[in-house]
Amino acid sequence: MRTRATASLVVSRILVYAGMLVLISFVIFSLLYITPGDAVGNLLGTRRRTPETEELLRRQYHLNEPFLTQYWIWLKDAVRFDFGNSSVSTLPVTDEINARLPNSLILAGVAYVLTMLIGIPLGLAAAAKKSTAVDRGIVASVIVGFSTPVFVGAVALLYVFGVLLGWFPVFGAGTGFVDKLWHLTLPAISLAIAGAGLIVKHTRAVMIKVLDQDYVTFARARGLTSRRVYLLYALRNGLIPVITVSVPLLASLVTGAVLVEVTFSIPGIGDLLVRSAASQDLPTLQAIALLVAALIMVANLAADLLYMAADPRIRHGRSTT
Amino acid sequence: MSAIVPQLGDLGKSTRRRSKRLPWTVLVCLVIVAGVVLMTVFGAALAPQDPAAQHLTEVLAPPGSGHWLGTDELGRDVFSRLIAGARTAFVGPLVVTIGSMLIGNLLGLWSGYKGGAVDAIVMRWVDFMWALPGLLIIVVVAGAFGGGYWMAVALLLVLTIPFDTRIIRGATLEQATLPYVEAARALGLSNRRIMLLHIWPNLSATAVANAFLTFAGAIVALSGLSFLGFGVDPGSPDWGRMLSDGTNLLFENPAAALASGAMIVATAVSMNIIGDWLYESLSSRGGSK
Repeated sequence: MRTRATASLVVSRILVYAGMLVLISFVIFSLLYITPGDAVGNLLGTRRRTPETEELLRRQYHLNEPFLTQYWIWLKDAVRFDFGNSSVSTLPVTDEINARLPNSLILAGVAYVLTMLIGIPLGLAAAAKKSTAVDRGIVASVIVGFSTPVFVGAVALLYVFGVLLGWFPVFGAGTGFVDKLWHLTLPAISLAIAGAGLIVKHTRAVMIKVLDQDYVTFARARGLTSRRVYLLYALRNGLIPVITVSVPLLASLVTGAVLVEVTFSIPGIGDLLVRSAASQDLPTLQAIALLVAALIMVANLAADLLYMAADPRIRHGRSTT
Repeated sequence: MSAIVPQLGDLGKSTRRRSKRLPWTVLVCLVIVAGVVLMTVFGAALAPQDPAAQHLTEVLAPPGSGHWLGTDELGRDVFSRLIAGARTAFVGPLVVTIGSMLIGNLLGLWSGYKGGAVDAIVMRWVDFMWALPGLLIIVVVAGAFGGGYWMAVALLLVLTIPFDTRIIRGATLEQATLPYVEAARALGLSNRRIMLLHIWPNLSATAVANAFLTFAGAIVALSGLSFLGFGVDPGSPDWGRMLSDGTNLLFENPAAALASGAMIVATAVSMNIIGDWLYESLSSRGGSK
């Protein structure tokens, strides 16, 4: 009975996010028609318009079909990772994305690990030393880190470590794995600083609440050391809600990655997004928008499932307090 | 709405009562914000030189007596441009903050007090927006429709409203169960009256403090868009735009980039600190008596 309820909950979550993704994909596809100018013009970009090219594009993108049929064809192609050709370079959008994806993935991966490595220990320390100088210092730096936009921090780091000290390269993504890591260190740090603030704030708030619980007082009353209580009892429950913060964290990482890639001239997906938006390259824009939307929906789903796995009260359909 | 104003007056009074213990950090932040407001109001009139004038003989001059922060690649005075750039940096976020506060407060009150279908729809919308990277949506829309400063401001407003709504809704839910609301209802007051004149004054501390945090977020988002090239027109003085233009000049005149970055951070940090301080001093009003 219980497993069946759990299964239906899981299925309903999957359906909700799949439904949202379909809705978003529909809006993204519609951009081709609701933007100023007609669809052919949007796909042509800056190229010369002749009856022949128009006919070619109409056939290639099935523009003579009814709207919903076009959407269906576009979606089927998109699922197979075919987004048509860029209206600027006329090359397949997929090739461009594939060439840039590794840079963005390494950047995001390193930044994520750094965010957690900086954020969680600081949050735990602030909660453990609540209302002391340590706590105030951490909270103050979080406010500054939080209010420092990724791009400002990136430029400042670029100046100090790239220009003044010359420790790191000032642009590009490098070739080969080690060189790439070296090129992507500064960008990843600037990206991590912003995200870490979110994690510190959340971890601290949650741990303070947990440390106030009766079972923590009881464990202390039984004479367990505060370190033991903190690490074995409180931490376990305290880290569960940190899962929920992972979704806004991902959103901030994705946004931050765009800004950082532009600042450091890294040829990644974010840089491509900005370029395609600036040159009104609709097929590329649609492809990236759909990819990001899919990524975020999957992350949402994963967070929901993890949360269910971690907290039995949700799994069994009881409300949390 | 006019009856709400005296309540805001009360808020001001209690702030003054506490001003004896005004922390120095908050004071510094207030001075910074006041300075930015002055720059916004008077703009280029305060600048020592014409922000658009190109001194082609003094291109990329380092900071010095002639140009306090040096010049950019066209020989324009960076310090003057910094002052002139306050306007686009400040006005857009102000519009976002006020608009989002008005709409978010009304929606939040409605959805927290009445519940039902409105609440369900508003909350689904909020959940949906919460997970989306707002800045990227603006970039995609700007890419598809062609951008512009006010387009960015309008989009940001739409993306900000859910956050304000969620906060006011949560606070309303807490208030709605309290006896005074029940009493007001028993007296037969209209829902609108209860929401605006009875519940809202009790949320005003949250609403006002939250407005400062919204502003800090908006200035960061808008200057980020300008930084990416989707805010103000190329060439016009704007902190985000100057930062991105200045990034290419880091070797020649780093002040061109760093000064505008510092202005963005200083304004955002100040707004955050003032917001936090307002929230703490306003929300402990009742308890400290």
